Amino acid sequence: MAEHAAEHALDDHGGGHDDHHDVSFFHKYLWSTDHKMIAKQYMFTGMGMAVIGAFMAYVFRMQLAFPGSEVPGFGAVSPGTYNALVTNHGTIMIFWVAMPVLIAGFGNLLIPLMVGADDMVFPRLNRLSYQIFLVSAVVIIYSLFVQGGGFGGAWTAYPPLSAKAEYNLTPQGASLWVIAVGLEFVAFLMGGINFITTAMNSRAPGMKAFDVPIVIWFLVIASILFMASVGPLIAGAVMLLFDQNLGTGFFDPNQGGDPVLWQHLFWFFGHPEVYVVLLPAMGITADVMCVFARKKMFAQKIVIYTAIATGVLSFFVWAHHQFISGIDPRMANVFTVTTVLISIPIAEMCFVYIATLYGGSIRLTTPMLWALAFVAEFLIGGVTGIFLGASGTDIYFHDTYFVLAHFHYTFFPIAIIGTLAGITYWFPKMFGRMMDETLGKIHFWGTIIPFNMTFIPLFFLGAAGQHRRIYDYSNFPELAVPWMQNLRILATVSLIVMLVFQVVFLFNFIKSALSGPKASKNPWQATTLEWTTATAEPGHGNWPPDAMPNCYRGPYEYANPGREDDFWPQDEPPADTEEQA
Amino acid sequence: MALFLGAEAMLFAGLISAFQIVKNGVTGGLWPPPGQPRLPVLETAINTSALMASGVVLFLAWKAFKADGAMAAKGKLLATIVLGGFFVLFQGWEWVQLLGQGLTIRSSQMGGFFYLMVGTHALHAVGALYGLIVAYRRLLEGNLTREVFATVALFWYFVVGVWPVLYWQVYL
Repeated sequence: MAEHAAEHALDDHGGGHDDHHDVSFFHKYLWSTDHKMIAKQYMFTGMGMAVIGAFMAYVFRMQLAFPGSEVPGFGAVSPGTYNALVTNHGTIMIFWVAMPVLIAGFGNLLIPLMVGADDMVFPRLNRLSYQIFLVSAVVIIYSLFVQGGGFGGAWTAYPPLSAKAEYNLTPQGASLWVIAVGLEFVAFLMGGINFITTAMNSRAPGMKAFDVPIVIWFLVIASILFMASVGPLIAGAVMLLFDQNLGTGFFDPNQGGDPVLWQHLFWFFGHPEVYVVLLPAMGITADVMCVFARKKMFAQKIVIYTAIATGVLSFFVWAHHQFISGIDPRMANVFTVTTVLISIPIAEMCFVYIATLYGGSIRLTTPMLWALAFVAEFLIGGVTGIFLGASGTDIYFHDTYFVLAHFHYTFFPIAIIGTLAGITYWFPKMFGRMMDETLGKIHFWGTIIPFNMTFIPLFFLGAAGQHRRIYDYSNFPELAVPWMQNLRILATVSLIVMLVFQVVFLFNFIKSALSGPKASKNPWQATTLEWTTATAEPGHGNWPPDAMPNCYRGPYEYANPGREDDFWPQDEPPADTEEQA
Repeated sequence: MALFLGAEAMLFAGLISAFQIVKNGVTGGLWPPPGQPRLPVLETAINTSALMASGVVLFLAWKAFKADGAMAAKGKLLATIVLGGFFVLFQGWEWVQLLGQGLTIRSSQMGGFFYLMVGTHALHAVGALYGLIVAYRRLLEGNLTREVFATVALFWYFVVGVWPVLYWQVYL
């Protein structure tokens, strides 16, 4: 059966475009080698996982606001369940929402379309990548229901808590957690190989390195970062699995092991990982901003060099997560310096984005609102990060809600705001239909305002000393005072409001995908190659074989003074009589 | 393939640095841990040279393949497989000996890291060996392409190239 399907998919691929009419549902949606279908698979799986992660957030926030009471739709939360919920909320949101949607989803959707290729270089590897990812998602969900419950040792899984069942009390949950994360990395390793090779080898004729749109550059840099950093973590994951199941003691001090070793292996991956998801989100934002400001990207080359520098630097900051883990204070100083250094390129990028907006004729469409919100909210996350990167202040802030709020001010803009900018912008390309702008704007404001009201109070709570991973603050008299409890309730209520507004998005998404107004070929009047396909929603193969695009100029030719239209598509051949340099 | 091997190299780098951290953190600098059997340095040196030789022979096979066509590479490719197979089997025999002497994955940090690192390498060796056998079968069938041969050979060079580093780190 599998063999037959593989053959079929291969034929299908060779058969060119729009060849799906005789393909069964199973072949079309689970065994497709079309990069756009795989992108949708990743995005839908990611959205499904986001619903699960959001429900977890709702349950544990309710527990914090109203400790001990029954949570509607879930029931009473026991301390063990609380730990499992926060752990898996973090794990799912990072590894099964941010990664698949941003890297795998947008990478698969955009790379072939924007470089002018008919598919990925290794389409079957691509399909296998999604299938392994799907298995990993099933494993992580299954791990919540095994005996002993889901793993509750936090998403960073620090040993010895994570390494021995007699400490974490979740013998199966902990192992399944490690296995799920490992499988997921294998899936993204395959995806990363595909992305890099495709962007390097399959570009349209005439497309030079700096004609490649920034979002593709950033996706490729992110893939390289991921591939270079994931090896040590896989090594660590195998060691952790051995510790859990074979009785080795790599991380157990009783057996001569070193628990801080895991922290090094984990964060050597974990910090580049931040940039692995940040860069695609920044790339999406850059492209969306250029289109809706009708301007060239300000300092395009410098932004690309900056992103490469950020990527390199991101390998030298990991120990800022370990300032209180007992590392050498001299080492802490070094990592303070590198950490504060890395805020310079990111700040530079934010200024470049603002400079791109300056003087543009800005169109405030829904994608543009999300892109603007990304820069605004991410700045808050970035600025608060400086307090945590400096070892002096971090010793006070470590493991408080300040860290948590900072983290969510970076990852929420990345994983939610950046993603929504991308989804609303490329929706016509994915489904051939337009989304509803009014509903889109209601959803935007209904998300942004409650988001800030959820997480700004947490900065104050953290600065007042509220520690993370506490199930019930009533036992801490200094932390159970009324003003702090009121802020907790405010955060929880805001979160619920935000979650309710996501229904607007889901409604808009499904309704528009099924019956929205048909999109024209180039609804946003953009210049890049994905808008030059024959129809709004291209079939497999993207372009007809005899009409593959050529590329003649850079990706951001907006408002060129010598032209009547204010945009100049990359594939439009220069006119014979044209005298412009 | 080269990209994949870059990620693989980082995997081994992670293992080696983890090993170094634990080894250097041992109280009193007692390494190898007392009461544990010594690793067979000499036998493994012989084995290492077999693996190195297989790398050289594979390179000769590749040159012959390019210069004189597939059939010229036949004997050399087979020799690579035999040498590689010898390495894996010898290594397995060594494991059996060490287990008999009381070095298990649980007995000490040295045992744990020994089986983890050498085992990771052995998995790669078996995988690459399988690739070589597939290439050999294709060669006999007359449809071994240059790309396939180059990919399989690159993987085997990686296996050959990582081993001296592990030998130096773990055994010496």
